Amino acid sequence: MEVISFVALAAGLMIGLGAVGACIGIGIMGGKYLESAGRQPELMGELQTKMFLLAGLIDAAFIIGTGIALWFATANPFLGQIANLPK
Amino acid sequence: MAAQEGQGQTAGEYIVHHLHHLQTGTQKAVVDFSVVNMDSVFYSIALGALGCWILWLAARKATSGVPGRFQAAVEFLIEMVDSQAKGIVHNAHSRKMVAPLALTVFVWIFLMNAMDLLPVDLLPVVWHSTSPAFGVPNYMRVVPTADLSITMGLSLGVLLVCLYYNVKIKGLGGWIHELFTAPFGDKWFLYPVNFLMQMVEFIAKTVSHGMRLFGNMYAGELIFMLIAMMGGAWALSGTGILLAIGHVVAGTVWAIFHILIITLQAFIFMMLALIYVGQAHDAH
Repeated sequence: MEVISFVALAAGLMIGLGAVGACIGIGIMGGKYLESAGRQPELMGELQTKMFLLAGLIDAAFIIGTGIALWFATANPFLGQIANLPK
Repeated sequence: MAAQEGQGQTAGEYIVHHLHHLQTGTQKAVVDFSVVNMDSVFYSIALGALGCWILWLAARKATSGVPGRFQAAVEFLIEMVDSQAKGIVHNAHSRKMVAPLALTVFVWIFLMNAMDLLPVDLLPVVWHSTSPAFGVPNYMRVVPTADLSITMGLSLGVLLVCLYYNVKIKGLGGWIHELFTAPFGDKWFLYPVNFLMQMVEFIAKTVSHGMRLFGNMYAGELIFMLIAMMGGAWALSGTGILLAIGHVVAGTVWAIFHILIITLQAFIFMMLALIYVGQAHDAH
């Protein structure tokens, strides 16, 4: 029972903290992009490619964390370990 | 759409069943080279052939006159990859080989990622009904890039190309010289530190390159399965019409968002491959 509740909490933290970091990162980068596009509109196309590249890089860690958290939440691997423990 | 085999099956069992590869044996360790994931191999080769065929079709029918829609789309794609390659790899001779490589990688990974947009149970259900005829286990995963073996294989391929260009551009001696002197400088007491840093760089590049693509596709696939289970829960119990509505709404939203993700991840993989090859051309 303890394991289930701890894993549920852990999954929530994994998604939540990952989302906090990724959103702050995307927000700062998007803001800087708009700023620089406002200053030099002729660079917009070039910067947009780089912004999307970085958005994917920032997003990746968060999405990987979400995937692992959802895996823990739906098919909990720790329950199997507990079942194999010597009593 | 979901859980056709679902009678008496829990959500966890459904997910575990769907995350099992059609393997030639049983995997005993985390890294086990004696096991082949047949489904990933089949789909990746089939989609690679499809991508090459589409590009070949465009090249064969190409005219210098007014291009049709199909030719214009392929030309747009090739121009996009070509301009990215020009900006990153500053060597016209190696670009002849690297730019088509980047284009192929982009198209191939995009097609493999796009398998995620098929209904999660469509091909597995077909396999469920046909696999007993062949006498093989009825496991099936349709997204090759959600298999770590495939993505790490791709990133290892990029690593090999990088090593090839390192040796080709700098010469074997020059490259070995760079391995021992690169980040910090040409002093005999810095050789071990420099070499260690270079090895860490190569390993980190390759592992993160493959893991990024795998993680995104794996998470996306898992979320599609969870959405499918909402519909499955409604179909099995017959209660809770909200589940059915949620299934349709969540599925639509996630699929639309996923179109962005699969394109972005294919693009990022291509860009990073170009950047790594470009780094191999820089002499320190």
